[in-house]
Amino acid sequence: MSRVLAADTMPIRSEGDIVGVRQLVRQHGAAAELSLVEQTKLVTAASELARNTLLHGGGGKVEVESVEEDRRRTIRLSFIDSGPGIEDVELALTDGYTTAGGLGLGLGGTRRLAGEFEIDSVPGEGTTVTVRFHTRVRG
Amino acid sequence: MNALPLLRIGDVLLVSIQTELHDELALRFQRELAEKVADEHIRGVIIDISALEIVDSFLGRVLHDIAATTSVLAARTVVVGMRPAVAITLVELGLSLHGLRTALNVEAGLRQLGIRRLDVSGEAR
Repeated sequence: MSRVLAADTMPIRSEGDIVGVRQLVRQHGAAAELSLVEQTKLVTAASELARNTLLHGGGGKVEVESVEEDRRRTIRLSFIDSGPGIEDVELALTDGYTTAGGLGLGLGGTRRLAGEFEIDSVPGEGTTVTVRFHTRVRG
Repeated sequence: MNALPLLRIGDVLLVSIQTELHDELALRFQRELAEKVADEHIRGVIIDISALEIVDSFLGRVLHDIAATTSVLAARTVVVGMRPAVAITLVELGLSLHGLRTALNVEAGLRQLGIRRLDVSGEAR
């Protein structure tokens, strides 16, 4: 049995939207009573992925969903763009690999922060990156 | 217009980041700080990030670059007040921030810069 507690979608079109995504995701994390460290990881991961969506995907959107399932809550973030896609996903996940002049920690680093990480990319069509953060099982 | 208020105390600049920075603002802050260090012969910079709930790889790099730039300009930068959860997250993210000086709070940061105390008139001793 799973129950959706909250679901939001937000466009990512500018740097200001990256800050907006952090705030939205922070609200979901606080409502789910994630630990402080988990909440910090969640918001940091959201910031990294929102920037990727903007810089590599040419903008897109994020879906944020809080679900209660098996006495724990899961926050799912999906970053969706219809940009150029990623030719070599394994390479893109390598620390230090960058095409935007950054540190190349966005994808690989975010994979370490998240409980679950999935990437679905079709060259020429776009990329969806989904991460899930879980609370501990209660009671 | 200043990206962030820069408080000068003697030859030390104190900056407290109180709001979430978007990327362009962070880069402007980096430029303005470097100019001020050069123009005003600043020898120490303290950046207080205790109000920041997250530091992502972009801001982490900006802080690192500020420290490297001020170092070339003969000033030392100390980043103070990083929250433990932020530190844990940065390490997991893979950002090692080599060469970045840190201290637990402003007072400890001032000590790292060789300043024992500040009197109320704002003169560094």
